[in-house]
Amino acid sequence: MRRSLLFIPSNNPGMLESSNLFGSDSVIFDLEDSVNVSEKDNSRNLLNSFLKTKDKLNLEVIVRINASDTPFYNADLAVVVSDKIDTIMLPKASAITLSKLDEDLSKIEKEKKLTKKINVLPIIELASSLIEVNEIAKLPRVNGLLLGGEDLSSDLEVVRTPEGLEILYARMMVVTAAKANKIDAIDTPFTDVLNNEKLKEECKLVKGIGMNAKACIHPNQVEIVNEVFSPTLKEINWAKKVLIAKEEAEKKNLGVFSLDGKMVDKPIILRAEKILAKAKKFKII
Amino acid sequence: MHVLSGDLVLKIGIAGTLESNDCIITVTESSNLIVEVKSVVYDFFGEHIENYIKTILKELKINKIKVICEDKGALDYTIKARLITAIKRMEENK
Repeated sequence: MRRSLLFIPSNNPGMLESSNLFGSDSVIFDLEDSVNVSEKDNSRNLLNSFLKTKDKLNLEVIVRINASDTPFYNADLAVVVSDKIDTIMLPKASAITLSKLDEDLSKIEKEKKLTKKINVLPIIELASSLIEVNEIAKLPRVNGLLLGGEDLSSDLEVVRTPEGLEILYARMMVVTAAKANKIDAIDTPFTDVLNNEKLKEECKLVKGIGMNAKACIHPNQVEIVNEVFSPTLKEINWAKKVLIAKEEAEKKNLGVFSLDGKMVDKPIILRAEKILAKAKKFKII
Repeated sequence: MHVLSGDLVLKIGIAGTLESNDCIITVTESSNLIVEVKSVVYDFFGEHIENYIKTILKELKINKIKVICEDKGALDYTIKARLITAIKRMEENK
């Protein structure tokens, strides 16, 4: 369960050191796009050295490695997979590359005698990945889907617009596959880091179609993303009322009951339970 | 990368940046152990950085190398990572 995932370039010691201070639910240490090709070894070693010094960062630690068709993939995995990380993010993910990643992780977990199983967060950023997104969502270790809007637009040969109509279908596909498999649907980052008003609008739009969270590329985006993706007080109060009414109904052996003139049945109760679970997880109540 | 030193061609490895919280480590082949530190916080941490570099070299079982550390306030894990990368880069040049 996440709201905000903040990208941190892995070759910047200052950013690494402050990575857990910005309030995001997850941090994504990036070895891919934010690191120059000539600095891949440097950033990998720095991240590894940094993580070794930290007992616990108190948030989900994700590492975005380089794609499996690059010369950096094997070294990235060999160096960064440890008990200090929770999740590997795989760019240009497909069912085939994710199955290979599952095998590679199993091997490393065994060799290094890890005490936990590493999760996987695939980036859906190819048209071909979108077509098989439900198969991807079902794979072992996968606990969320991140839509990569920029690369996907490039693959689709469309121009990104502020309205985002060109990726609406992709967003709906990611949401549907994620929800069908009970994992997180995570929206593509908002790239205009100076326009937080538009960021908020976009967060509301994608929350409205079912996204649970959004990736952030600047610390200033975290507060807005957390705010929009958190349950509101109105939602929390409604959920509490539903669950109180449910208890009353159970005493009377009623399967369906009404609250404020509206019928309440199982889907409504599940929604109320999810809202309260989120509120507890994010320490709102 | 290689550097000329008299008639010798020496292998060299460089890693890091001069951004704050970082350092640049330059290593070259040497017939003995030389560690030079230039730091914005030399008065407070110069000796610690030098000893820390020597400790890492000992762990790596390296006793013949020249290391120059230009420090901009790097923490130990950054110095260690940059040193290891610089040494690997030097070895890859062999």
